Amino acid sequence: MSVPQEHDYIGLPVEKASDKILSPSSSATISSGFEKNEVLNLKRTELRLGLPGSESPERKAGFGVSLFGKEEGNNGFSQNFVSGSKRGFNDVINCSGNWGLCINGGSEVVDCKVEIPTVNILDEKKKNQPGNTAPASKAQVVGWPPVRSFRKNTLATNLPKNNEAAKQGPNCLYVKVSMDGAPYLRKIDLKTCSTYPEISSALAKMFSCFTIGQYGQGLAGKEGLSESGLMDLIHGSEYVLTYEDKDGDWMLVGDVPWGMFIDSCKRLRIMKGSDAIGLAPRTMQKFKNQN
Amino acid sequence: MDHPSEDSPSSSDKSLGPTNHPQLPFPDEVLEKVLSFVNSHKDRSSVSLVRKDWYNAERWTRSKLFIGNCYSVSPEIVARRFPRIKSVTLKGKPRFSDFNMLPRDWGANVHPWLVMFAKVYPFLEELRLKRMTVTDESLELLAKSFSGFKALSLSSCDGFTENGLKALASHCRNLTELDIQDSISEDVGGGWLSSFPENFSSLEVLNFASLNSDISFDDLERLVSRCKSLRVLKVNETISLDQLQRLLVHAPLLTELGTGSFMQELTPRQYEEVETAFSNCKNLEALSGLWDANSLYLPLLYGACAGLTFLNLSDAPLQSGDFANLLVHCPNLRRLWVIDTVEDKGLEAVGSSCPLLEELRVFPADPYDRHHRDGVSESGFLAVSHGCPKLHYVLYFCRRMTNAAVITIVKNCPDFTHFRLCIMTPGQPDHLTNEPMDEAFGAVAKTCTKLKRLSVSGLLTDVSFEYIGKYAKNLETLSVAFAGSSDWGMQSVLEGCPKLRKLEIRDCPFGNTALLSGKLKYETMRSLWMSACNVTMKGCGILAREMPRLNVEVINDEGSDGSQADKVYVYRTVAGPRRDAPGFVLTL
Repeated sequence: MSVPQEHDYIGLPVEKASDKILSPSSSATISSGFEKNEVLNLKRTELRLGLPGSESPERKAGFGVSLFGKEEGNNGFSQNFVSGSKRGFNDVINCSGNWGLCINGGSEVVDCKVEIPTVNILDEKKKNQPGNTAPASKAQVVGWPPVRSFRKNTLATNLPKNNEAAKQGPNCLYVKVSMDGAPYLRKIDLKTCSTYPEISSALAKMFSCFTIGQYGQGLAGKEGLSESGLMDLIHGSEYVLTYEDKDGDWMLVGDVPWGMFIDSCKRLRIMKGSDAIGLAPRTMQKFKNQN
Repeated sequence: MDHPSEDSPSSSDKSLGPTNHPQLPFPDEVLEKVLSFVNSHKDRSSVSLVRKDWYNAERWTRSKLFIGNCYSVSPEIVARRFPRIKSVTLKGKPRFSDFNMLPRDWGANVHPWLVMFAKVYPFLEELRLKRMTVTDESLELLAKSFSGFKALSLSSCDGFTENGLKALASHCRNLTELDIQDSISEDVGGGWLSSFPENFSSLEVLNFASLNSDISFDDLERLVSRCKSLRVLKVNETISLDQLQRLLVHAPLLTELGTGSFMQELTPRQYEEVETAFSNCKNLEALSGLWDANSLYLPLLYGACAGLTFLNLSDAPLQSGDFANLLVHCPNLRRLWVIDTVEDKGLEAVGSSCPLLEELRVFPADPYDRHHRDGVSESGFLAVSHGCPKLHYVLYFCRRMTNAAVITIVKNCPDFTHFRLCIMTPGQPDHLTNEPMDEAFGAVAKTCTKLKRLSVSGLLTDVSFEYIGKYAKNLETLSVAFAGSSDWGMQSVLEGCPKLRKLEIRDCPFGNTALLSGKLKYETMRSLWMSACNVTMKGCGILAREMPRLNVEVINDEGSDGSQADKVYVYRTVAGPRRDAPGFVLTL
């Protein structure tokens, strides 16, 4: 890959959603298509704080279709999204429409689902999402590359960075992280952390933009909110960090040894403290004390 | 029997020898005895063309039938000509059906063949099918019609469920081989394995690796322990490591092993047991399976690798480090299949650890480029060519290649018989010079005089095909995609390659002129496939009209305007047009 790898603020190399939507149609175009795509990639990753409605190189996942897809859908969506929310999200949403950029970070855009009530436009948008496999496979050239289908299936499940809740590869273990009130999910590689405090601070950084938004204008634009400040927000009575284990139960993060946690964690959820009823106060205290 | 001739040939010069003296006829018995040593079907075909009595002697003594295209001949014709057949190999769909380019229900159903065989060859022992549709009804007919049936091999076949396999297991008392490769059937259940009778013990080959369902492990274990002659065992992914260990204890004489899942939490004792079991496999020549294998468990294999000649890691995406460590233990490898997660670094290890290597296949982990993995490039291939001078078979999926690299590679390994290079982005040029890949394939054609099979890719002009036509005089199979500039490219190949048998083309700018330029040639070939090219219905119609001994079949895509011929399949036949063609197949 000649395009330099983007790194997000956790230091992980990051997939660009642009590449995800991009690749099927790029394999379909012959020769010169490749150069064109490279240029677009770079544009794609520019940090933009433009208003909804400015140009976004959104690609439709369709074979043979031009690389610049419709924009009305995206912009309309951004519009709806932004109007009801706090100012903080304005800055967050990049009108490229692809679920936006975090003000702290580079242009990492990852698999995500929207958890707020959906709008009609969202459904149309979802069709173009890289996360859905159906459009992506339609966009591929039939029968190319000439690999047998059974082989493809095997490999798809063995590769890391899949869409599943927790997909393990040789060197990474990505799990989805949701935060109550946040419009989209994130993914974190558990293997980049080796202790609980590490994962706490990683998550704090990841979700800082949402907490800022949550707390209104006063904190908006205060990019330099200290880490301890963020931690307080997250680890104060407001939020509790929980995870879903292999049995499907929601557990409090921090109870079990790290290795056991890594083994059994399927996804994470930053839960509002008020929702964490049923978790013994004692354990919550223990959790706070760990930090 | 590539092209069986119905009429007996050369019946005129029955009794004249080379010196023009009348010859004593060769006693039939002697001739038949001599011919019983001739096994290759190509040789037998030649024998049958000498004189009428040779034709007759040959047909009475042939016991193995090879039919490369099931539609080139009919069951009736075959039954009339060959009275004593014990083994049949039948191939059906064109190869591109493996890549979903043919609609379902296209054909190649084995049933009419089995009905005829049941009538005419009651002593049939072996059936090997490739790319055919095999229904449960057919398997049941097979199971019940041939009391001495021994070996069934299904490669890339579809249409059956566990019920068909159950019938086979229950009725074939003398079954020695059940080999299912690359099955395209969805959800063939696992109950069939339990249908082998309790006293059944003749199995020598059992391969169900591509069937995904759970089977009863207890029944499998009992089966394996009963079959003392078992030499090939390939289980599916549902079999765990400790289960595999128990199987290995019962079958230490295995020459080919396909493991199940290779990732499992093992206790230290279990680990030791598995390790010991592998070390006891002294006869292992081929190893495959290894799903989910990683650095923790690969060392379990090391004890079994000393005599390994074929290592198939195409289901185990490994990183270069683990791969290199494994290779160190496999000095005798002749054939190696890997996934490109090993990257160029892994291939360098191949170059240094496998001096006897003859065949290398590198499969893409991420064919649709969803994860932007680097995979392998020209340097990996170069490294292998430097270290493995005996390399003659390669299948290589990569994202970039250069002309210079390929030229060097074939200089290092001039003995290529099979050169299949797939640069995965269609029409991609040399990534250093931005030129077409013409010189690369030109070098292959020119340097590799033994070349029989070639797959080309990347940006290619007619020049590459000129090279192929000019130099590739032994070429039998050519696969072309997204290449060429004009009809002249295809024409060069058709005019230049005398031994060409199979030509498959997709997404190339070849049209009617090219198609028709080869009309006489197609009768010397098995088949021609052209899809998404510039051929029209009119052109195909002309070909069909002028060449009555060819079947010209067209499949048009939905919403096509009817003037273009989207998919064209041309093949020689003595059986006339297909009687079982589905509606979407137009025979012109």
